[in-house]
Amino acid sequence: MHNTQAHSDNRVTFARRNIWSGILFGLGFVAFLDETLFHQLLHWHKFYDKSTVAVGLVSDGLFHAFSWFATVGGLFLVADLRRRNALWHKMFWGGKLLGGGAFQLYDGTIQHKIMRIHQIRYNVDILPYDLVWNISAAIMIAVGIGLIVSARRDKRIGKGAFSHA
Amino acid sequence: MHDAHSIEHHFLLTDLLFGIPALLAVGLYIGAVVLTNRRGRLRKWPGLRTLSFVAGVLFAAAALVGPLVRQSHADFTAHMAGHLLLGMLAPLLIALAAPMTLVLRTLNVHLARKLSRLLQSLFVGFFTHPVVASILNIGGLWLLYTTDLYAAMHSNFLLHIIVHIHVFLAGYLFTISLVYIDPVFHRFSYTYRTVVFILALAGHGILSKFIYAYPPAGVPVEQARVGAMLMYYGGDTVDLLLIFILFKHWYQSVRPRKLVSTVGKAV
Repeated sequence: MHNTQAHSDNRVTFARRNIWSGILFGLGFVAFLDETLFHQLLHWHKFYDKSTVAVGLVSDGLFHAFSWFATVGGLFLVADLRRRNALWHKMFWGGKLLGGGAFQLYDGTIQHKIMRIHQIRYNVDILPYDLVWNISAAIMIAVGIGLIVSARRDKRIGKGAFSHA
Repeated sequence: MHDAHSIEHHFLLTDLLFGIPALLAVGLYIGAVVLTNRRGRLRKWPGLRTLSFVAGVLFAAAALVGPLVRQSHADFTAHMAGHLLLGMLAPLLIALAAPMTLVLRTLNVHLARKLSRLLQSLFVGFFTHPVVASILNIGGLWLLYTTDLYAAMHSNFLLHIIVHIHVFLAGYLFTISLVYIDPVFHRFSYTYRTVVFILALAGHGILSKFIYAYPPAGVPVEQARVGAMLMYYGGDTVDLLLIFILFKHWYQSVRPRKLVSTVGKAV
């Protein structure tokens, strides 16, 4: 009995850490997928596309460094939550989808369209690709926020892991 | 002016200039380990640290002495492989070997006190400040690859030596200002170090893409591209190790001391 109680107490105490670990890991994971899948394996867009946009280089570099830290840091946060018996899967997944979706939407709108650093593909009709890219990003964000809100509600009404009956 | 004969002559000189200190460093480290282990008063010095130190010095030496340095004179890709070894991998391995801890353990109390006072000085604090170390390291690389310094280094013997010493020392300072293995008297929070190092790593990544697009003077485009990619991905690999160690230390530092709520009550 005590254990279950303590378990859900820890989750509430570390609720924010659950969300942040998810956001960081989701962001790093999507950035990693983008780089491995589209840059290196499919060669849809390249290591370097435009030599004129200095701002593109800088933003790309910053994001890459950040995502490298985020992936490792996010996983260490998860390890810390598990050790404290405070990992809250619903919150964590909510954060993951939110972070991953936010990165993809940033990449798809700011980097691809506004700064025009690179496009998803070249020499094809780009519209379907852009739509799939950005709509899937929006869905990830929506589901992520939904999960976080729902987890909060579970806590408030004492449902799921929070019912001590 | 620079016939093959005089270049080879210079290389023999750098072989000696860098090779002897490398051998000396390994000898001193192993000597100190033997000495400190014989005292028996303290815990045995971990063998992994000795291994790490020897490997670090060997990697650094590989970039300074012998065939790689001769090849990197003409081939940018080889030069970049040397840079990764000398400026990133070797400093990390040497830092992991905790050389300063070993020295402090081996010296007598009087000298050890003097040394630790030196480590606490503002002078040392300045150079091991994360921001200063990052600027020395990444800024130095920007200077090397975006100005005529890279070309000049190959014709000027003294510059060649200075640049190589700088790359190693700046890499070492950068490493020890991020991960604390040896005693550190000027400490910075994990958040502070993380933010500074994200910026520094971004600077490294941006520079490698910059080299890809704008090869340094005198470097053929193809070589510059392969070298830049080596710098980018090789840099990522070593950085991943650094980040992993940084967060591992954080993970250990926030270890819950009391498990009252979970274990204590159950017992």
